Amino acid sequence: MYGNGYTSPEETAKQKPDPLAGEDLQQLALFEERITHGEKIEPQDWMPKEYRRQLIRMIEQHAHSEVIGALPEGTWITRAPSFKRKLALIAKVQDEIGHAHLLYNAAETLGKSREAMINDLLSGKSKYSNVFNYPATTWADVTVIGFLIDGAAIVNQVINAKGSYGPYCRALERICYEESFHLKQGHDALVHLAVGTKTQRAMLQDALNRWYRPIIHFFGPSDKASVHGTLLMKWKVKMASNDDMRNQFLDQYVPKIRELGLDFPDPKLNKNAEGIWEFSDPNWDEFFATINGNGPCNAERLAVRRWAEEHGRWVRKALMNPSQKQVLPLS
Amino acid sequence: MTPALYNFILKTADDCFILGHRNSEWTGFGPFMEEDIAFASMAQDKIGHAWLLYKMLDENPAAAETLAFKRAEKDFKCCHFVEQPIGEYDFSLMRHFLFDHADQLRYEMLMNSSFEPLAHFAKKFKGELKYHTMHADTFILQLGNGNEESKARMQSALNFCLPLALGIFEAYEGEQEIIAQNIFAGEKVLQAKWVGKISPIIKDAGLKMPDINTLQAVNGGRHGFHSDYLQPLLKEMREVVDAFPDATEW
Repeated sequence: MYGNGYTSPEETAKQKPDPLAGEDLQQLALFEERITHGEKIEPQDWMPKEYRRQLIRMIEQHAHSEVIGALPEGTWITRAPSFKRKLALIAKVQDEIGHAHLLYNAAETLGKSREAMINDLLSGKSKYSNVFNYPATTWADVTVIGFLIDGAAIVNQVINAKGSYGPYCRALERICYEESFHLKQGHDALVHLAVGTKTQRAMLQDALNRWYRPIIHFFGPSDKASVHGTLLMKWKVKMASNDDMRNQFLDQYVPKIRELGLDFPDPKLNKNAEGIWEFSDPNWDEFFATINGNGPCNAERLAVRRWAEEHGRWVRKALMNPSQKQVLPLS
Repeated sequence: MTPALYNFILKTADDCFILGHRNSEWTGFGPFMEEDIAFASMAQDKIGHAWLLYKMLDENPAAAETLAFKRAEKDFKCCHFVEQPIGEYDFSLMRHFLFDHADQLRYEMLMNSSFEPLAHFAKKFKGELKYHTMHADTFILQLGNGNEESKARMQSALNFCLPLALGIFEAYEGEQEIIAQNIFAGEKVLQAKWVGKISPIIKDAGLKMPDINTLQAVNGGRHGFHSDYLQPLLKEMREVVDAFPDATEW
């Protein structure tokens, strides 16, 4: 599950006035031509330094979001209320870890090791999606995450799967395929609450109320005017503006929630005559605070990841020099 | 179904259910991502096995949910071994190794059971458990032969786990009847096969197998006497179900 490649203010400040300075212009022209023709760029191909840097940043953020995204739902695995929900939730969270695995591998093809990326996550240097810094306080939160956050992630990932970097696109295609199952299980679990008892339905509405603002934040602030975005769009690193993706998401999902007789806590949430969804000011300061480490659960999420890293270190160390290799055929 | 057969299937299912629950706690917390994924897979298999076995006890589809989510702690028949918290990876890996070899051998034996539904599912379960034991053996061999720390940790885990593991083979009410009816050859037969299976792997892992005959098995589970860990586990598992007593569908 993932929102969008977020560029922090520090990152923007670091941005060189001319990110293409020193590049071989002939190579650059060939590279851009290949992208224009819809060709995929592969790890061994020539690429501008800025392309490599931005892709590492973006894929790495995506991978971290998957690994941290496993935590809020993961806490409900032991409390899922039936066999069906329990099995589906384990499988779903397992998939998220699998997505992180695929994405770290894709980022590694650009030259940064998994260990270096995980270290940057734990030190707070790398970012991850804002939504995973909010608590999942009830079972209904799991259903809202499964339906709406996964739904939002699909909007983003289907678009980005058409990008220019081969290993990332292939990883995203597989991820989208699995996410569509997540969406189905999320929808099924959400509908069961919506048509359940009065208290089940109230729990669901409460979860929608709490998740509305993080979901609006999910695609990131408006970036239509960003110069930075233009270069990334030209190189097909970024495929659509944050606003366009958010609008596509609202168009698909708001009616589905309203169909169930439920709603989001925003009287201004409505589609205008031009087909654009309007909503109240979602307080972008909260988004910036959350993404920069000061959301409700940032410290807890990283503490949990640090625990896993520290307690697993002896295992990884012992496996560094394998004395045995598994060569048994699997079937 | 006779009470003996009911009891036999119930305790087999309870072991799978509770260990599956425990293994699922590793999802997101493993020493590296591949292990998160492996433990999550094995947890799904175990919980899936338990679900099928519970359904065998009662045709009513809601009965399995009641057995899992509403039954009193004293009516569970799982062994203390599966109830233990996941602890550190060394303990969880050793438990997985010791339990899954017993589980795989149990289903191999059950393939010839006179109770057809068990024989049928045993074939399916055994195929899945092949991968569980392959996974366990790979890591036991690597970590036993790894470095000084990993070897010491695995030896300590083995010494700690063995008395608990012997609780898997505790006699249960009706066992003689089960043996006489050729449903299952018996826990002591299984235990002997299990010792024969795990001992050479433990040796290859560079670990020392304690003398089983000098160990006191941690028993009680098969008669409804549990460790202090089961009640909190069940309370957590039922947190949602208990908070919404009038809800019937999830």
